[in-house]
Amino acid sequence: MSPVPHPLAPELRAVSARDLAGLVAALLIVAAPHAARAPWWLTGLVLAMYGWRVLLGMLQAPLPPRWLLLLVAAAAMAGIWAEYHMLFGRTPGIVLLGLFSGLKLLETRTHRDAAVVALLCFFLIITNFFYTQSIPAALAMGGALLVIVTTMVGFSAPQRPSRANLRTASLLLAHAVPAALVLFLLFPRVQGPLWGLPQDAYAGVTGLSDNMSPGTLARLALSDTIAFRAEFEGEPPPQRLRYWRGPVLWDFDGRTWRMGATEIVPFRAPAGGDARYRYSVVLEPHNRDWLFALESAASLPERARFTADGQIVAPRAVRERQRYDLVSITDPAPDSREDPEDLRRALRLPEGFNPRATALAEEWRRGSGGDSQILARAIEWFRSSRIAYTLEPPLLGRDSVDEFLFDSKAGFCEHFSSAFVFLMRAAGVPARVVTGYQGGDLNPVDRIITVRQSDAHAWAEVYLRGRGWLRVDPTAAAVPSRIESGLARAVPEGEALPLMMRPEMRWLRSLRYDWEAITHKWNVWVLGYDPQRQRDLAAFVGMRDADWRSLTAALFTILGVLMVLLIAWSLRQLSRPDPVQRAWHRFCQKLGARGLERAPCEGPRDFSERAARSLPRARGAIQRIGELYLALRYGAESPPAKIDELRRLVRELRVT
Amino acid sequence: MIRNLLARPRFANWLYGFTPPERGAIVLGHRRVYIVPTRLGWLFGAALAILLVGSINYAISLGFALTFLLAGVGLAAMVHTARNLARLAISVGRAEPVYAGESAQFRLYLDGRVRYERPAILLRHLASGAQLVTDVPAAAAAEVVLAVPAARRGWLRLGRVMLETRFPLGLFRAWSYVEPEARCLIYPRPERSAMPPLSADSGVGAARAQASGNDDFSGLRGYQHSDSPRHVAWKAVARSDEMLTKQFCGDAAADLWLDWQLLSAELGIEQRLSRLAGWVLSADRAGARYGMRLPGVSISPGRGDAHRASCLQALALYEAP
Repeated sequence: MSPVPHPLAPELRAVSARDLAGLVAALLIVAAPHAARAPWWLTGLVLAMYGWRVLLGMLQAPLPPRWLLLLVAAAAMAGIWAEYHMLFGRTPGIVLLGLFSGLKLLETRTHRDAAVVALLCFFLIITNFFYTQSIPAALAMGGALLVIVTTMVGFSAPQRPSRANLRTASLLLAHAVPAALVLFLLFPRVQGPLWGLPQDAYAGVTGLSDNMSPGTLARLALSDTIAFRAEFEGEPPPQRLRYWRGPVLWDFDGRTWRMGATEIVPFRAPAGGDARYRYSVVLEPHNRDWLFALESAASLPERARFTADGQIVAPRAVRERQRYDLVSITDPAPDSREDPEDLRRALRLPEGFNPRATALAEEWRRGSGGDSQILARAIEWFRSSRIAYTLEPPLLGRDSVDEFLFDSKAGFCEHFSSAFVFLMRAAGVPARVVTGYQGGDLNPVDRIITVRQSDAHAWAEVYLRGRGWLRVDPTAAAVPSRIESGLARAVPEGEALPLMMRPEMRWLRSLRYDWEAITHKWNVWVLGYDPQRQRDLAAFVGMRDADWRSLTAALFTILGVLMVLLIAWSLRQLSRPDPVQRAWHRFCQKLGARGLERAPCEGPRDFSERAARSLPRARGAIQRIGELYLALRYGAESPPAKIDELRRLVRELRVT
Repeated sequence: MIRNLLARPRFANWLYGFTPPERGAIVLGHRRVYIVPTRLGWLFGAALAILLVGSINYAISLGFALTFLLAGVGLAAMVHTARNLARLAISVGRAEPVYAGESAQFRLYLDGRVRYERPAILLRHLASGAQLVTDVPAAAAAEVVLAVPAARRGWLRLGRVMLETRFPLGLFRAWSYVEPEARCLIYPRPERSAMPPLSADSGVGAARAQASGNDDFSGLRGYQHSDSPRHVAWKAVARSDEMLTKQFCGDAAADLWLDWQLLSAELGIEQRLSRLAGWVLSADRAGARYGMRLPGVSISPGRGDAHRASCLQALALYEAP
């Protein structure tokens, strides 16, 4: 339009020290959680770049030349390549984003660049949610958002005090919440992913794996991370019956137990069972396909499948928090069906390992009448073995079972189960290792059982003719307290337990219970809000068979209403003229309707005198109105009684 | 063609929602406030789209929450930007006359009329590009002076003024046009030059004018409205019923006539007017009494600010374009 510079154009407005401070504060909040994940040199580099820019801003010194920034960028990218051997995976991508935030800040001269940094902050916020979506993380990122929006308000009103900008930003966010809520609930959700995820998308997820070697579970047991939560209808089962079944391990190579091939079979519910539990599980992502269920599952979750050895598997790896409903019975009737191939597999052992254990097993075989007697002897042997239960098992050599049973005599549940199954197989009794979780923490606040990685457990199953597969927990035989009262009571004092499992932290635990009750609700209603829940909600409010069309229609209708409300709010704040002015205006209108228009140049005194002359009948009232108006409008004080009188006179004025 | 269309009141009324020029306080109704996203606004929208796709792809619930919260902030920012301008009342004050070549100082009052402040409002004079940014305080008015370059003598109309704001987030740009009834008188650019030669038919002869001597009585003449009462020949008045004024020799500058005819026609109208304006200023500064003659206009001699102003106005409006 005209070549004159536009004073509101962001590319022409230089950033101030305040703008820089706001941007750096926001960047620090959103980038801080990544600091520990990024290589140390990059964390240092990005911090140095932030600091450098702030320093240059304070000194009002010129920014570094472009070639220097390009050099730094190239060197840092080479470093990232050396670190990760890729640039576009999840972690390297995030690290790159952090690097760019520093580089962009170093070439930020005007508000246009500053706005780009603000947008980068939004992306950095969402990258934090790849790792954690907990309530504290959400609060921290909400705080960062407030800082960013306040800073952006500062861009368009540089002269305004920060406090006023903060108020505006809070108002904007408050006004955004209803629309955000409606969008969150009604925006048609589709089941991701839209395209292939980077290879490392689910790196660093803790949980059980498909193999077990000495030390696997002991390491896992040091983690406080939650594996899943279970909510029972009615009373949950007692601690000693809470065996959550996971992967079943068949194949042993002398050191490691592996799952091997599994066969999907039609689900058959176990017969009998008086102790029937109905419950739902909210499973944390563990990047594997198995679902955990209380032994023994009497129903299957939707779309889940069942394997011949009693595992429940999801159609694909669990990569987001997932909720499913189940029924289990803890006292199933014997199931005597047998599969000869399975039984042969359950007897296989590698040649030439653990001679002492093999000898012990053969001795049991010779001295017993049958499999059940061997089993009884074995349990008795474990009960009296005085093997210590410890989270810090000594390292074992080649014959791990021998060394555990006869030399070190100390181990964790994987040692017990591994040795027991080895002994059974060596004695000719079909047996297998079952891994999963045992126990879990009952929250007295919301009656939800939280199962952590520290509850990871391994036990055994043996096959007895006529009775089918039976659960035997050698750890329970040797260390009953582990099963009765959990890990904390079972390991000797002084061993490093996860913080929350320490008995002296009782008060902390009760706090934790409250917190976890809130967290559970958060997980179910906020993080677990998926297409299924959206359909449920739509059905709840009466939208049957809601598809994306009806959801979008509802969404836009409600958004429209919200916009109208917001606009109405923005109009409501018009400051009303004071009552004296309104009364005078009405007075002029009344006379105007009678043909007595007030000329623009006519003062109130002249006008009321003229009106009084031409309307003799209302003369007294008109004169009084003129007097009052003059006194109230131009006098020093305005007593309410006079205002009321003026309003009354104007109201009662009859000019016909 | 568009220019012609715009000149038609009905079309302008349809387009802008008002018929220029507007008298009195102009209130920016909603119909008159336009709003579109800025470049940053489009960029913000694109960022939201990327955040949404990322949230769907990775199934990040809080990603959805962030995206939707930002979308809500965008919607709220739109309403806030529009309300920063809507219902603002604009009125104009008096603009003091200036000389051509200077800037006319148009005084505008922006009455917020609301309980919240309206920060960062740009006023731009469309014809000249003159602009300024101001904040309108809560429940009060801001007074701004728009300096519009005055190139030519005569009446300068303010013309169309654009009001624009991008507050609070810079994602949207709301603007409106007003054309208040306001004009400023522009005097001809005064040309500094020597005082005029006294014209032949000036009331005072050249010789007498040169004979200085302050209080030498030289005769009587007819009373003129601007004469000081001290100079009225009261004795003569008593005798003859006719108001007479005493004249003194020393009052040489008193009846200086600044005459259009003294200037050669070769100069052209504008330059003659400029020179006359320069004479008016010189005469005024010297404290002289002066009159002015233009074709069709005659201003009898006088002194003082009001006299100077009326002389300059006559020059400004002479055959005003």
